Amino acid sequence: MIEARALTRYFDRLLAVDNISFKVEPGEVLGFLGPNGAGKSTTMKMLTGFLAPSSGNAVINGHDIVTDSLRARQEIGYLPEGAPLYGEMTVTDFLQFIAKARGFTGHEARHKAAAAAERLELGSVLQQSIETLSKGFKRRVGLAQAILHDPRVLILDEPTDGLDPNQKHHVRELISSMSENRIIIVSTHILEEVDALCNRAMIIARGRVVADDTPAGLIGRSRYHNAVTLKMAELRSAASILSKLAGVARVEINDDELTLFPHDQAQLLSAVTASIDKHGWSVDSIRLEEGRLDEVFREITRSSEPDRTATDVKEVA
Amino acid sequence: MKSRLNGMLTIMQRELKAYFVTPVAWVFIIIFTVMAAAFAFYLGGFYQRGIADLEPFFRFHPWLYLFLVPALSMRLWAEERKSGTIELLLTLPVTLVEAIVGKFLAAWLFLGLALLLTVPIWFSVNYLGDPDNGVILAAYIGSWLMAGAFLAIGSCISALTRNQVVAFILSVVVCFGFLLSGLPIVLEAFRAWLPQVFVDGIANLSLISHFADISRGVLDLRDLIFFMLMIGFWLTANAIILQLRKAD
Repeated sequence: MIEARALTRYFDRLLAVDNISFKVEPGEVLGFLGPNGAGKSTTMKMLTGFLAPSSGNAVINGHDIVTDSLRARQEIGYLPEGAPLYGEMTVTDFLQFIAKARGFTGHEARHKAAAAAERLELGSVLQQSIETLSKGFKRRVGLAQAILHDPRVLILDEPTDGLDPNQKHHVRELISSMSENRIIIVSTHILEEVDALCNRAMIIARGRVVADDTPAGLIGRSRYHNAVTLKMAELRSAASILSKLAGVARVEINDDELTLFPHDQAQLLSAVTASIDKHGWSVDSIRLEEGRLDEVFREITRSSEPDRTATDVKEVA
Repeated sequence: MKSRLNGMLTIMQRELKAYFVTPVAWVFIIIFTVMAAAFAFYLGGFYQRGIADLEPFFRFHPWLYLFLVPALSMRLWAEERKSGTIELLLTLPVTLVEAIVGKFLAAWLFLGLALLLTVPIWFSVNYLGDPDNGVILAAYIGSWLMAGAFLAIGSCISALTRNQVVAFILSVVVCFGFLLSGLPIVLEAFRAWLPQVFVDGIANLSLISHFADISRGVLDLRDLIFFMLMIGFWLTANAIILQLRKAD
């Protein structure tokens, strides 16, 4: 289990992480979502023992990251932002270096390195120097070093950033396949990723946790949740009729689409289809909206910025 | 304890290997050995003096190190910062001290190897005459210790920046200061406004004067302690700088 208690970090006088507390249990894949510079990476750097918190602490499977740092780090596999690697080393040498630095020796070190390489399908590039690899391969080497010691906690800072769609998909599959019985914390600013990968999402803005929910729960906060969108020819006349239906709170027209927003949890779809039949409109498409994560994200991260421009850190008085 | 040593040795091995897979090692070794010999023969008047010793060879070591050691040390931490691997390295279960000492030892051993490759000149002088080999051995040890002191300064300064050129220039300047601090011209400048105790202190910090003692064959414990303290001091400063400014 990971428990963060009031983690706080200043950079000089700038407050980058402001009193963040949370618990994560095995089996959870937690997504850190937030605008760039919101404090996601700094939080991860504190959890992995790279940066000391200015105040507060975190405990990784019973080991305090400050007072028992080496054991805490042993519990964690970490992919830093941008997946930094020693470019001049070959993949095999690099993974064996990580294995030895993690305390494995001789045969065991070679075995761990080989197993991690196999898991990430690095067999074809084992003897290549890392700097000659493609971005996708480099990222896989970064993931291989993170999982090499079979850690119970995986912390991955923007693992898919900068990859092409196929590579992104592949990395997500890898992460999903590793999630059983582990704690995985992934940071991202790609919203679809949270939906695809995580069973819990924390939105961080200006160094604070501003939402902590399941992806479905977050989507449910969208004003589009349960809204009905129609694409049809006679938009205007339809809009005035549909707006009078029971349960419709408001109607919005965007280009050639019309969206009906419900009151509270009202279900509109059957009433709308009945109305279409009754008036004999020809409708191109009709869909029930689940909610829009990007809109929730904007809503939450903006409302956490009381009349300030989008700076990510707060000046201390 | 055993595993602590393991972490340090693992890092040392990785670093040493890195020198040899990049051209750094070969360029350094060739330049060092060629220049060391050239200085001894042309500037030092190795033959003309008609004395069977290696004084003209060792006399130029401080000046060789002044430029070559910062060239080696500039990458130690600046490169880790620049590429972000510092975050990878320092989130492994190794302590900061292990990482610093591991990297330092790799570079120091490498300098030792470069020094060892100049041994043919030792053979030549034995072939040509009958030198005091004890003095020469002491001078080799002294030269290596002095290289270590330069290296510790360079390692510490490399931790200050992510820019290797900046690290190089600052290291050369600081090393230059420690070279010159024993010269009368420098001491005169301080004598004008510092009490004598401090002037003596500054004179004592001179790498050249401590090296000169050893290279004359006097392996004084105080000189050994001086170099060890220099290395210890600068590596400690290195650790403090990294601890304070890890994320920069």
